[in-house]
Amino acid sequence: MDYEIVVLTNMAIGILFALSLNVITGFCGQVSLGHAAFLGIGAYTSAILTKAGWPLVATFLPAMAMAALVGLVVGMASLRVRHDFLAITTMGVVFLFTGIVRKQDFLGGEIGIAGIPAPDFGRPGLLVMALACVLLYLIFTIRIRKSWAGFAYDSIAEDEDTARLLGVNVPRFKLFAFVAGTAGAGLAGALYAHQVRFIGPDSFGFVESISVLAMVIVGGIGSIWGVILAAAALSALPQFFQIIDDFKLLVYGLLLFGAMRFAPDGVDGLLRRLFQRGTAP
Amino acid sequence: MKVSRLSVSDVTVSFGGLRALEKVNLELDDNQLLGFIGPNGAGKTTLMRVIMGLIRPQSGTVCLNGTDITKLPTVQRVHAGLALGQQIVKPLRQMSLLDNVALAVGGQKLLSPLHALFARSRNVERDTASSLLERVGLGTEMQKRPNEVPLGHLKRLEVARALALRPELLLLDEPLAGLSKPEASAMADLIAGLPRSGLSVILIEHNLPEVMRVCPNIYVQANGRGLALGPADEIMAMPEVRQAYLGKDV
Repeated sequence: MDYEIVVLTNMAIGILFALSLNVITGFCGQVSLGHAAFLGIGAYTSAILTKAGWPLVATFLPAMAMAALVGLVVGMASLRVRHDFLAITTMGVVFLFTGIVRKQDFLGGEIGIAGIPAPDFGRPGLLVMALACVLLYLIFTIRIRKSWAGFAYDSIAEDEDTARLLGVNVPRFKLFAFVAGTAGAGLAGALYAHQVRFIGPDSFGFVESISVLAMVIVGGIGSIWGVILAAAALSALPQFFQIIDDFKLLVYGLLLFGAMRFAPDGVDGLLRRLFQRGTAP
Repeated sequence: MKVSRLSVSDVTVSFGGLRALEKVNLELDDNQLLGFIGPNGAGKTTLMRVIMGLIRPQSGTVCLNGTDITKLPTVQRVHAGLALGQQIVKPLRQMSLLDNVALAVGGQKLLSPLHALFARSRNVERDTASSLLERVGLGTEMQKRPNEVPLGHLKRLEVARALALRPELLLLDEPLAGLSKPEASAMADLIAGLPRSGLSVILIEHNLPEVMRVCPNIYVQANGRGLALGPADEIMAMPEVRQAYLGKDV
Protein backbone atom coordinates (compact mmCIF):
# COMPACT_ATOMS: atom_id res chain seq x y z
CA MET A 1 0.00 0.00 0.00
CA ASP A 2 2.83 2.37 0.88
CA TYR A 3 4.32 1.96 -2.57
CA GLU A 4 1.06 2.84 -4.28
CA ILE A 5 0.75 5.92 -2.12
CA VAL A 6 4.25 7.03 -3.12
CA VAL A 7 3.47 6.49 -6.80
CA LEU A 8 0.18 8.36 -6.55
CA THR A 9 1.77 11.26 -4.67
CA ASN A 10 4.48 11.53 -7.32
CA MET A 11 1.79 11.55 -9.98
CA ALA A 12 -0.12 14.30 -8.21
CA ILE A 13 3.05 16.41 -7.88
CA GLY A 14 3.90 15.78 -11.54
CA ILE A 15 0.40 16.84 -12.60
CA LEU A 16 0.56 20.03 -10.53
CA PHE A 17 4.00 20.84 -11.94
CA ALA A 18 2.85 20.25 -15.53
CA LEU A 19 -0.38 22.24 -15.05
CA SER A 20 1.70 25.15 -13.81
CA LEU A 21 3.89 25.13 -16.93
CA ASN A 22 0.75 24.78 -19.03
CA VAL A 23 -0.35 28.24 -17.86
CA ILE A 24 2.87 29.81 -19.17
CA THR A 25 3.58 27.71 -22.25
CA GLY A 26 0.13 26.36 -23.02
CA PHE A 27 -2.16 29.30 -22.39
CA CYS A 28 0.17 32.23 -22.92
CA GLY A 29 2.39 30.61 -25.58
CA GLN A 30 5.69 31.44 -23.84
CA VAL A 31 8.05 28.48 -24.13
CA SER A 32 9.96 27.91 -20.90
CA LEU A 33 12.94 25.57 -20.75
CA GLY A 34 13.72 26.42 -17.14
CA HIS A 35 10.57 25.61 -15.23
CA ALA A 36 12.32 23.20 -12.83
CA ALA A 37 14.10 26.18 -11.25
CA PHE A 38 10.78 27.28 -9.77
CA LEU A 39 10.07 23.77 -8.52
CA GLY A 40 13.45 24.06 -6.84
CA ILE A 41 12.78 27.47 -5.31
CA GLY A 42 9.56 26.16 -3.78
CA ALA A 43 11.28 22.98 -2.56
CA TYR A 44 14.20 24.81 -0.92
CA THR A 45 11.96 27.45 0.67
CA SER A 46 9.61 24.87 2.11
CA ALA A 47 12.40 22.52 3.26
CA ILE A 48 14.26 25.28 5.10
CA LEU A 49 11.07 26.40 6.82
CA THR A 50 9.94 22.93 7.95
CA LYS A 51 13.45 22.23 9.20
CA ALA A 52 13.09 25.42 11.24
CA GLY A 53 9.98 23.97 12.78
CA TRP A 54 7.19 25.32 10.58
CA PRO A 55 4.30 22.98 9.81
CA LEU A 56 4.32 21.91 6.14
CA VAL A 57 1.00 23.57 5.28
CA ALA A 58 2.28 26.92 6.52
CA THR A 59 5.21 26.75 4.09
CA PHE A 60 2.99 26.53 1.01
CA LEU A 61 2.37 30.26 0.75
CA PRO A 62 6.02 31.30 1.25
CA ALA A 63 7.13 28.64 -1.27
CA MET A 64 4.64 29.93 -3.83
CA ALA A 65 5.54 33.55 -3.09
CA MET A 66 9.29 33.00 -3.49
CA ALA A 67 8.83 31.14 -6.76
CA ALA A 68 6.36 33.75 -8.01
CA LEU A 69 8.69 36.59 -7.09
CA VAL A 70 11.53 35.14 -9.13
CA GLY A 71 8.94 34.24 -11.79
CA LEU A 72 7.92 37.89 -11.95
CA VAL A 73 11.52 38.96 -12.52
CA VAL A 74 12.02 36.35 -15.24
CA GLY A 75 8.67 37.38 -16.69
CA MET A 76 9.77 41.00 -16.89
CA ALA A 77 12.97 39.97 -18.65
CA SER A 78 10.89 37.85 -21.01
CA LEU A 79 8.79 40.81 -22.12
CA ARG A 80 11.68 41.91 -24.29
CA VAL A 81 12.43 38.57 -25.93
CA ARG A 82 10.33 36.23 -28.01
CA HIS A 83 10.33 32.71 -29.42
CA ASP A 84 13.82 31.13 -29.59
CA PHE A 85 15.35 33.94 -27.56
CA LEU A 86 12.80 33.43 -24.82
CA ALA A 87 13.56 29.69 -24.79
CA ILE A 88 17.26 30.40 -24.37
CA THR A 89 16.64 33.03 -21.67
CA THR A 90 14.48 30.64 -19.64
CA MET A 91 17.06 27.88 -20.13
CA GLY A 92 19.58 30.27 -18.60
CA VAL A 93 17.34 30.60 -15.54
CA VAL A 94 17.64 26.93 -14.63
CA PHE A 95 21.44 26.95 -15.03
CA LEU A 96 21.61 30.12 -12.97
CA PHE A 97 19.47 28.52 -10.27
CA THR A 98 21.55 25.35 -9.94
CA GLY A 99 24.75 27.39 -10.22
CA ILE A 100 23.77 29.70 -7.38
CA VAL A 101 22.41 26.92 -5.15
CA ARG A 102 25.64 24.92 -5.48
CA LYS A 103 27.62 27.80 -3.98
CA GLN A 104 25.34 28.57 -1.02
CA ASP A 105 26.22 26.84 2.25
CA PHE A 106 22.88 27.65 3.86
CA LEU A 107 21.19 25.77 0.99
CA GLY A 108 23.47 22.79 1.51
CA GLY A 109 25.70 23.58 -1.47
CA GLU A 110 26.51 20.59 -3.68
CA ILE A 111 25.24 18.14 -1.08
CA GLY A 112 21.78 19.60 -0.77
CA ILE A 113 19.37 19.47 2.13
CA ALA A 114 18.84 16.11 3.84
CA GLY A 115 16.70 15.12 6.76
CA ILE A 116 13.67 17.12 5.70
CA PRO A 117 11.05 16.28 8.35
CA ALA A 118 8.31 13.85 7.38
CA PRO A 119 4.87 15.46 7.33
CA ASP A 120 3.06 15.00 10.68
CA PHE A 121 0.19 13.19 9.08
CA GLY A 122 2.33 10.59 7.29
CA ARG A 123 2.41 9.56 3.66
CA PRO A 124 -1.36 9.14 3.19
CA GLY A 125 -1.80 12.65 4.57
CA LEU A 126 0.75 14.02 2.10
CA LEU A 127 -1.10 12.30 -0.73
CA VAL A 128 -4.39 13.86 0.34
CA MET A 129 -2.69 17.24 0.56
CA ALA A 130 -1.10 16.86 -2.88
CA LEU A 131 -4.45 15.88 -4.36
CA ALA A 132 -6.10 18.89 -2.72
CA CYS A 133 -3.42 21.17 -4.18
CA VAL A 134 -3.90 19.66 -7.64
CA LEU A 135 -7.64 20.13 -7.36
CA LEU A 136 -7.36 23.77 -6.31
CA TYR A 137 -4.83 24.57 -9.04
CA LEU A 138 -6.96 22.69 -11.55
CA ILE A 139 -9.99 24.80 -10.64
CA PHE A 140 -7.83 27.90 -11.03
CA THR A 141 -6.59 26.92 -14.49
CA ILE A 142 -10.08 25.97 -15.64
CA ARG A 143 -11.20 29.38 -14.44
CA ILE A 144 -8.51 31.02 -16.57
CA ARG A 145 -9.47 28.92 -19.58
CA LYS A 146 -13.18 29.67 -19.34
CA SER A 147 -12.92 33.35 -18.51
CA TRP A 148 -11.92 36.40 -20.50
CA ALA A 149 -8.37 35.79 -19.35
CA GLY A 150 -8.34 32.58 -21.43
CA PHE A 151 -9.87 34.49 -24.33
CA ALA A 152 -7.09 37.08 -24.12
CA TYR A 153 -4.43 34.36 -23.78
CA ASP A 154 -5.72 32.68 -26.95
CA SER A 155 -5.02 35.88 -28.84
CA ILE A 156 -1.58 36.40 -27.27
CA ALA A 157 -0.51 32.81 -27.91
CA GLU A 158 -1.44 33.14 -31.57
CA ASP A 159 -0.24 36.64 -32.45
CA GLU A 160 0.70 39.09 -29.75
CA ASP A 161 1.00 42.08 -32.09
CA THR A 162 -2.57 41.62 -33.23
CA ALA A 163 -3.67 41.07 -29.62
CA ARG A 164 -2.14 44.44 -28.76
CA LEU A 165 -4.01 46.16 -31.60
CA LEU A 166 -7.25 44.64 -30.30
CA GLY A 167 -6.66 46.26 -26.92
CA VAL A 168 -5.13 43.33 -24.99
CA ASN A 169 -2.61 44.53 -22.41
CA VAL A 170 -0.09 41.91 -23.48
CA PRO A 171 2.71 42.64 -20.94
CA ARG A 172 0.35 42.42 -17.99
CA PHE A 173 -1.20 39.17 -19.15
CA LYS A 174 2.23 37.67 -19.74
CA LEU A 175 3.44 38.67 -16.28
CA PHE A 176 0.28 37.24 -14.75
CA ALA A 177 0.92 33.92 -16.53
CA PHE A 178 4.51 33.85 -15.29
CA VAL A 179 3.46 34.63 -11.71
CA ALA A 180 0.57 32.13 -11.68
CA GLY A 181 2.64 29.42 -13.36
CA THR A 182 5.75 29.79 -11.23
CA ALA A 183 3.67 29.97 -8.02
CA GLY A 184 2.12 26.62 -9.01
CA ALA A 185 5.59 25.19 -9.56
CA GLY A 186 6.64 26.51 -6.15
CA LEU A 187 3.72 24.70 -4.54
CA ALA A 188 4.63 21.49 -6.35
CA GLY A 189 8.20 21.99 -5.09
CA ALA A 190 7.06 22.25 -1.46
CA LEU A 191 5.19 18.95 -1.81
CA TYR A 192 8.09 17.34 -3.67
CA ALA A 193 10.62 18.25 -0.95
CA HIS A 194 8.52 16.45 1.67
CA GLN A 195 7.83 13.50 -0.57
CA VAL A 196 11.50 12.68 -1.25
CA ARG A 197 12.80 14.35 1.96
CA PHE A 198 16.14 15.04 0.35
CA ILE A 199 16.79 17.74 -2.22
CA GLY A 200 19.92 18.83 -4.04
CA PRO A 201 20.68 21.12 -6.96
CA ASP A 202 20.57 18.19 -9.39
CA SER A 203 16.92 17.54 -8.60
CA PHE A 204 15.95 20.76 -10.38
CA GLY A 205 18.10 20.93 -13.47
CA PHE A 206 17.64 21.10 -17.19
CA VAL A 207 16.53 17.44 -17.46
CA GLU A 208 13.60 18.08 -15.13
CA SER A 209 12.70 21.21 -17.11
CA ILE A 210 12.63 19.19 -20.33
CA SER A 211 10.63 16.41 -18.65
CA VAL A 212 7.86 18.78 -17.63
CA LEU A 213 7.89 20.44 -21.05
CA ALA A 214 7.50 16.96 -22.56
CA MET A 215 4.41 16.41 -20.38
CA VAL A 216 2.84 19.64 -21.64
CA ILE A 217 3.68 19.02 -25.30
CA VAL A 218 2.77 15.34 -25.32
CA GLY A 219 -0.49 16.17 -23.55
CA GLY A 220 -1.32 18.91 -26.04
CA ILE A 221 -0.15 22.48 -25.49
CA GLY A 222 -2.84 24.38 -23.64
CA SER A 223 -5.13 21.38 -23.13
CA ILE A 224 -5.81 20.94 -19.41
CA TRP A 225 -7.03 17.33 -19.60
CA GLY A 226 -4.40 16.25 -22.10
CA VAL A 227 -1.65 17.65 -19.88
CA ILE A 228 -3.07 15.90 -16.81
CA LEU A 229 -3.15 12.61 -18.70
CA ALA A 230 0.39 12.97 -20.02
CA ALA A 231 1.76 14.15 -16.67
CA ALA A 232 0.15 11.25 -14.83
CA ALA A 233 1.51 8.72 -17.32
CA LEU A 234 4.98 10.23 -17.63
CA SER A 235 5.47 10.61 -13.89
CA ALA A 236 4.23 7.09 -13.12
CA LEU A 237 6.02 5.16 -15.87
CA PRO A 238 9.59 5.70 -14.60
CA GLN A 239 8.46 4.36 -11.23
CA PHE A 240 7.08 1.15 -12.71
CA PHE A 241 9.77 0.52 -15.28
CA GLN A 242 13.33 0.99 -14.11
CA ILE A 243 14.56 1.10 -17.71
CA ILE A 244 12.49 4.22 -18.45
CA ASP A 245 13.97 5.87 -15.38
CA ASP A 246 17.50 4.94 -16.50
CA PHE A 247 16.97 6.38 -19.97
CA LYS A 248 14.65 9.19 -18.92
CA LEU A 249 16.16 11.92 -21.08
CA LEU A 250 16.26 9.64 -24.12
CA VAL A 251 12.65 8.53 -23.65
CA TYR A 252 11.36 12.05 -23.04
CA GLY A 253 13.41 13.37 -25.93
CA LEU A 254 11.94 10.76 -28.25
CA LEU A 255 8.44 11.53 -26.98
CA LEU A 256 8.98 15.24 -27.56
CA PHE A 257 10.28 14.60 -31.04
CA GLY A 258 7.46 12.19 -31.82
CA ALA A 259 4.78 14.55 -30.55
CA MET A 260 6.14 17.52 -32.46
CA ARG A 261 6.60 15.57 -35.67
CA PHE A 262 3.45 13.43 -35.70
CA ALA A 263 0.97 15.02 -33.29
CA PRO A 264 1.77 18.67 -32.64
CA ASP A 265 -1.49 19.01 -30.75
CA GLY A 266 -0.54 16.11 -28.47
CA VAL A 267 -2.70 13.40 -26.93
CA ASP A 268 -5.56 15.86 -26.75
CA GLY A 269 -5.49 16.40 -30.52
CA LEU A 270 -5.08 12.68 -31.24
CA LEU A 271 -8.06 11.77 -29.08
CA ARG A 272 -10.14 14.54 -30.61
CA ARG A 273 -9.40 13.31 -34.14
CA LEU A 274 -10.12 9.70 -33.17
CA PHE A 275 -13.37 10.73 -31.54
CA GLN A 276 -14.43 12.80 -34.54
CA ARG A 277 -13.67 9.91 -36.90
CA GLY A 278 -15.75 7.65 -34.66
CA THR A 279 -18.78 9.92 -34.75
CA ALA A 280 -18.54 11.09 -38.35
CA PRO A 281 -21.59 10.02 -40.38
CA MET B 1 -10.72 76.79 -29.25
CA LYS B 2 -11.60 73.78 -31.34
CA VAL B 3 -9.41 70.75 -30.71
CA SER B 4 -8.43 68.55 -33.64
CA ARG B 5 -9.30 64.86 -33.49
CA LEU B 6 -5.77 64.11 -34.69
CA SER B 7 -2.79 66.39 -34.84
CA VAL B 8 0.56 65.17 -36.16
CA SER B 9 3.34 67.76 -35.90
CA ASP B 10 6.82 67.65 -37.40
CA VAL B 11 7.11 63.86 -37.24
CA THR B 12 10.42 62.52 -38.50
CA VAL B 13 11.29 58.83 -38.79
CA SER B 14 14.51 57.29 -40.09
CA PHE B 15 15.32 53.62 -40.60
CA GLY B 16 19.09 53.53 -40.53
CA GLY B 17 20.11 56.00 -43.22
CA LEU B 18 16.70 56.07 -44.85
CA ARG B 19 14.43 59.01 -44.06
CA ALA B 20 10.96 57.48 -44.12
CA LEU B 21 9.17 60.57 -42.84
CA GLU B 22 10.49 64.14 -42.85
CA LYS B 23 8.73 66.72 -40.67
CA VAL B 24 5.26 65.49 -41.51
CA ASN B 25 2.25 67.52 -40.34
CA LEU B 26 -1.35 66.42 -40.49
CA GLU B 27 -4.53 67.77 -38.88
CA LEU B 28 -7.89 66.08 -38.90
CA ASP B 29 -11.21 67.22 -37.44
CA ASP B 30 -14.07 65.20 -36.08
CA ASN B 31 -16.54 63.48 -38.40
CA GLN B 32 -14.18 63.40 -41.38
CA LEU B 33 -13.20 60.88 -43.99
CA LEU B 34 -9.73 61.65 -45.26
CA GLY B 35 -8.23 59.83 -48.22
CA PHE B 36 -4.50 59.33 -47.82
CA ILE B 37 -2.65 58.67 -51.06
CA GLY B 38 0.89 58.62 -52.34
CA PRO B 39 3.16 56.43 -54.45
CA ASN B 40 4.74 53.28 -53.06
CA GLY B 41 7.42 54.10 -50.53
CA ALA B 42 5.86 57.45 -49.66
CA GLY B 43 5.77 56.52 -45.99
CA LYS B 44 2.00 56.12 -45.69
CA THR B 45 2.07 52.93 -43.65
CA THR B 46 4.97 54.30 -41.60
CA LEU B 47 2.87 57.32 -40.63
CA MET B 48 -0.03 55.05 -39.66
CA ARG B 49 2.31 52.97 -37.52
CA VAL B 50 3.67 56.10 -35.86
CA ILE B 51 0.12 57.20 -35.03
CA MET B 52 -0.60 53.74 -33.55
CA GLY B 53 2.63 53.68 -31.57
CA LEU B 54 4.09 50.70 -33.43
CA ILE B 55 7.00 52.91 -34.52
CA ARG B 56 8.50 55.62 -32.34
CA PRO B 57 9.40 58.80 -34.25
CA GLN B 58 12.84 60.38 -33.80
CA SER B 59 11.15 63.73 -33.35
CA GLY B 60 7.70 65.29 -33.52
CA THR B 61 4.45 64.71 -31.66
CA VAL B 62 1.15 62.95 -32.18
CA CYS B 63 -1.93 64.32 -30.37
CA LEU B 64 -5.34 62.68 -30.12
CA ASN B 65 -8.15 65.03 -29.07
CA GLY B 66 -5.54 67.52 -27.91
CA THR B 67 -3.69 65.03 -25.68
CA ASP B 68 -0.09 64.21 -26.51
CA ILE B 69 0.08 60.43 -27.03
CA THR B 70 3.57 60.31 -28.55
CA LYS B 71 4.96 58.29 -25.65
CA LEU B 72 1.97 56.04 -24.99
CA PRO B 73 2.24 52.32 -25.78
CA THR B 74 -0.05 50.95 -28.49
CA VAL B 75 -2.50 49.26 -26.16
CA GLN B 76 -3.18 52.50 -24.32
CA ARG B 77 -3.69 54.33 -27.60
CA VAL B 78 -6.24 51.69 -28.55
CA HIS B 79 -8.08 52.31 -25.30
CA ALA B 80 -7.79 56.07 -25.87
CA GLY B 81 -9.75 55.75 -29.13
CA LEU B 82 -7.41 54.73 -31.93
CA ALA B 83 -7.91 51.70 -34.15
CA LEU B 84 -6.00 50.30 -37.11
CA GLY B 85 -7.21 48.03 -39.87
CA GLN B 86 -3.99 46.53 -41.20
CA GLN B 87 -2.99 46.24 -44.83
CA ILE B 88 -2.13 42.56 -44.44
CA VAL B 89 -5.09 40.97 -42.70
CA LYS B 90 -4.21 39.36 -39.40
CA PRO B 91 -7.23 37.38 -38.24
CA LEU B 92 -6.84 35.15 -35.20
CA ARG B 93 -7.16 31.85 -37.03
CA GLN B 94 -7.93 29.69 -34.02
CA MET B 95 -11.23 31.43 -33.31
CA SER B 96 -14.47 32.14 -35.19
CA LEU B 97 -15.06 35.44 -36.95
CA LEU B 98 -17.57 36.23 -34.21
CA ASP B 99 -14.99 35.75 -31.45
CA ASN B 100 -12.38 37.71 -33.40
CA VAL B 101 -14.70 40.70 -33.14
CA ALA B 102 -16.08 39.90 -29.66
CA LEU B 103 -12.57 39.95 -28.22
CA ALA B 104 -12.08 43.51 -29.45
CA VAL B 105 -15.40 44.53 -27.89
CA GLY B 106 -14.03 43.36 -24.51
CA GLY B 107 -12.48 46.73 -23.68
CA GLN B 108 -11.66 46.99 -20.00
CA LYS B 109 -11.58 43.22 -19.55
CA LEU B 110 -8.46 43.11 -21.71
CA LEU B 111 -6.55 45.57 -19.58
CA SER B 112 -6.24 43.60 -16.35
CA PRO B 113 -5.87 39.82 -15.98
CA LEU B 114 -7.60 39.86 -12.59
CA HIS B 115 -10.54 41.71 -14.04
CA ALA B 116 -10.61 39.21 -16.90
CA LEU B 117 -10.50 36.25 -14.52
CA PHE B 118 -13.77 37.31 -12.94
CA ALA B 119 -15.56 37.89 -16.23
CA ARG B 120 -16.94 34.77 -17.83
CA SER B 121 -19.82 35.54 -20.13
CA ARG B 122 -19.14 36.65 -23.68
CA ASN B 123 -22.82 37.07 -24.55
CA VAL B 124 -23.00 40.86 -24.48
CA GLU B 125 -19.79 41.17 -26.51
CA ARG B 126 -20.94 38.52 -28.97
CA ASP B 127 -24.22 40.40 -29.49
CA THR B 128 -22.33 43.59 -30.29
CA ALA B 129 -19.91 41.64 -32.46
CA SER B 130 -22.70 39.98 -34.41
CA SER B 131 -24.35 43.32 -35.19
CA LEU B 132 -20.97 44.67 -36.36
CA LEU B 133 -20.47 41.63 -38.58
CA GLU B 134 -23.98 42.12 -39.98
CA ARG B 135 -23.08 45.73 -40.71
CA VAL B 136 -20.03 44.74 -42.77
CA GLY B 137 -21.98 42.02 -44.55
CA LEU B 138 -20.60 38.95 -42.78
CA GLY B 139 -23.83 38.12 -40.97
CA THR B 140 -24.05 34.61 -42.37
CA GLU B 141 -20.44 33.64 -41.73
CA MET B 142 -19.97 34.52 -38.08
CA GLN B 143 -19.37 31.00 -36.89
CA LYS B 144 -16.77 30.23 -39.55
CA ARG B 145 -13.05 30.22 -38.95
CA PRO B 146 -10.90 32.73 -40.88
CA ASN B 147 -9.46 29.88 -42.98
CA GLU B 148 -12.92 29.11 -44.34
CA VAL B 149 -13.67 32.52 -45.86
CA PRO B 150 -12.13 34.39 -48.82
CA LEU B 151 -9.75 37.35 -48.54
CA GLY B 152 -12.45 39.90 -49.28
CA HIS B 153 -14.35 38.76 -46.21
CA LEU B 154 -11.23 38.88 -44.06
CA LYS B 155 -10.78 42.49 -45.15
CA ARG B 156 -14.28 43.19 -43.87
CA LEU B 157 -13.49 41.31 -40.68
CA GLU B 158 -10.53 43.64 -40.19
CA VAL B 159 -12.88 46.64 -40.45
CA ALA B 160 -15.45 45.07 -38.10
CA ARG B 161 -12.74 44.30 -35.57
CA ALA B 162 -11.41 47.85 -35.70
CA LEU B 163 -14.95 49.24 -35.26
CA ALA B 164 -15.44 46.92 -32.28
CA LEU B 165 -12.86 48.99 -30.44
CA ARG B 166 -15.32 51.93 -30.58
CA PRO B 167 -12.61 54.19 -32.02
CA GLU B 168 -12.71 57.94 -32.34
CA LEU B 169 -10.12 57.76 -35.09
CA LEU B 170 -10.02 54.77 -37.39
CA LEU B 171 -7.01 54.18 -39.62
CA LEU B 172 -7.60 51.85 -42.54
CA ASP B 173 -4.54 50.71 -44.46
CA GLU B 174 -5.48 49.64 -47.98
CA PRO B 175 -8.76 47.93 -47.16
CA LEU B 176 -9.61 47.67 -50.87
CA ALA B 177 -6.35 46.01 -51.96
CA GLY B 178 -6.83 42.56 -53.41
CA LEU B 179 -10.59 42.94 -53.78
CA SER B 180 -12.53 42.55 -57.01
CA LYS B 181 -14.10 45.69 -58.48
CA PRO B 182 -17.60 45.12 -57.06
CA GLU B 183 -16.15 44.07 -53.71
CA ALA B 184 -13.94 47.17 -53.58
CA SER B 185 -16.85 49.38 -54.46
CA ALA B 186 -19.02 47.84 -51.73
CA MET B 187 -16.21 48.22 -49.21
CA ALA B 188 -15.71 51.87 -50.20
CA ASP B 189 -19.43 52.50 -49.70
CA LEU B 190 -19.22 50.89 -46.29
CA ILE B 191 -16.27 53.10 -45.34
CA ALA B 192 -17.98 56.22 -46.68
CA GLY B 193 -20.83 55.56 -44.27
CA LEU B 194 -18.62 55.30 -41.18
CA PRO B 195 -17.74 58.91 -40.23
CA ARG B 196 -20.16 60.49 -37.79
CA SER B 197 -19.95 62.74 -34.80
CA GLY B 198 -17.25 61.13 -32.66
CA LEU B 199 -15.57 59.15 -35.43
CA SER B 200 -13.12 60.20 -38.10
CA VAL B 201 -11.53 57.87 -40.62
CA ILE B 202 -8.24 57.97 -42.50
CA LEU B 203 -8.26 55.77 -45.56
CA ILE B 204 -4.95 54.82 -47.16
CA GLU B 205 -5.66 53.53 -50.65
CA HIS B 206 -4.09 53.02 -54.03
CA ASN B 207 -7.48 52.61 -55.67
CA LEU B 208 -7.74 56.25 -56.83
CA PRO B 209 -11.18 56.11 -58.47
CA GLU B 210 -12.75 54.80 -55.25
CA VAL B 211 -10.85 57.31 -53.10
CA MET B 212 -11.99 60.15 -55.37
CA ARG B 213 -15.54 58.83 -55.21
CA VAL B 214 -15.93 58.56 -51.44
CA CYS B 215 -13.40 60.92 -49.82
CA PRO B 216 -14.29 64.61 -49.64
CA ASN B 217 -10.71 65.50 -48.66
CA ILE B 218 -7.38 64.02 -49.63
CA TYR B 219 -3.90 64.14 -48.16
CA VAL B 220 -0.96 63.35 -50.43
CA GLN B 221 2.45 62.26 -49.29
CA ALA B 222 5.53 61.55 -51.41
CA ASN B 223 9.05 60.57 -50.41
CA GLY B 224 8.25 60.94 -46.74
CA ARG B 225 6.96 64.52 -47.05
CA GLY B 226 3.46 65.91 -46.94
CA LEU B 227 2.65 67.26 -50.41
CA ALA B 228 -0.89 68.57 -50.21
CA LEU B 229 -4.10 68.45 -48.20
CA GLY B 230 -7.46 69.65 -49.41
CA PRO B 231 -10.66 68.91 -51.34
CA ALA B 232 -10.27 65.89 -53.62
CA ASP B 233 -10.81 67.60 -56.99
CA GLU B 234 -8.48 70.49 -56.20
CA ILE B 235 -5.78 68.14 -54.98
CA MET B 236 -5.90 65.96 -58.05
CA ALA B 237 -5.66 69.03 -60.28
CA MET B 238 -2.38 70.13 -58.69
CA PRO B 239 0.54 69.54 -61.07
CA GLU B 240 2.98 68.49 -58.31
CA VAL B 241 0.50 65.86 -57.10
CA ARG B 242 -0.02 64.53 -60.59
CA GLN B 243 3.70 64.36 -61.10
CA ALA B 244 4.41 62.63 -57.80
CA TYR B 245 1.58 60.22 -58.05
CA LEU B 246 1.21 59.54 -61.73
CA GLY B 247 4.77 60.19 -62.92
CA LYS B 248 5.40 62.83 -65.57
CA ASP B 249 2.43 65.03 -66.30
CA VAL B 250 0.71 64.11 -69.51
